[in-house]
Amino acid sequence: MVRYAIILALVMLLYWLTLSFYFEPLIVGFGIASVLFAVGLCYRMRILDSETVPYMHTMTTIGYFGWLFLEVVKANFAVVKAVLRPDMEISPTLLTVPTPQKTDIGKTMFANSITLTPGTVSMDIDDDGILVHALLAEMADPDDFVEMGQRAGFSVSEVSS
Amino acid sequence: MAADNTHSAPANPVDIPWDAVLEWGLALASTGLIVSGAIFVLAGALGVLRMPDFFTRMHAAGMTDTLGAEFILLGLMLQAGFSQMTLKLLLVAFFLFLTSPTATHAIANAALKSGLKPQLGPYKAPELSEIEGKTPSEGAH
Repeated sequence: MVRYAIILALVMLLYWLTLSFYFEPLIVGFGIASVLFAVGLCYRMRILDSETVPYMHTMTTIGYFGWLFLEVVKANFAVVKAVLRPDMEISPTLLTVPTPQKTDIGKTMFANSITLTPGTVSMDIDDDGILVHALLAEMADPDDFVEMGQRAGFSVSEVSS
Repeated sequence: MAADNTHSAPANPVDIPWDAVLEWGLALASTGLIVSGAIFVLAGALGVLRMPDFFTRMHAAGMTDTLGAEFILLGLMLQAGFSQMTLKLLLVAFFLFLTSPTATHAIANAALKSGLKPQLGPYKAPELSEIEGKTPSEGAH
């Protein structure tokens, strides 16, 4: 609990300094005061836990975002091609992608990654998996999502089954 | 050095103005990034106009807030150099990466929950001859 509070305060202070970039004692003092106030609020709301302050996943998450960005670039070109073709041949498809992740944050990461990739949007999530709307039929193969699912789970330090 | 070379080598090697090279390289790279970002935004707008139904239009709109916005932000980061502005732009890019899929999902989920049925199966844009004589609003459907 104390550890989460300290890390949250440090991250928020860094964030404040990045946005303000004034290093006068008065301004930094305001920053420290508001950071302490926010951490106090979080403590009162009892949300100081590993989900609010997921500091232990920082490096793997940054690595995952790098990989995801390349996937997003690739998928973007497929969608741009479909949009700009004169006959615009598309074939919207619904499919259900199983979620191997155990934790909520792992599932959220996976569903968010699916939506971020152009051409696929996660529409709903339940026990069976994520309901995905795909723009092209060739994007609607559940096997294509396996690698992303494993990486998304791994990025929040979770061993996927 | 070949014997028939009439030009003698200059005594001093040519000074390459590395500062100017770097400046021009950065300017070209950032121009390229911003222009390609703008192209993606344009393609997204075209897609929103051309796609047949709500859910497919969402895919086109999603393009503008991924590659369109990220490329423009990257280009601006190169323009700003290493400064506070770059850090702020990095934060914007990061938050966009997290929030734009959340917003897209919220819209899609709301549409699904309120009973909008996605139009599935192969779709082709109508030929010009099929929509001739109709008003634009008729032709769009």
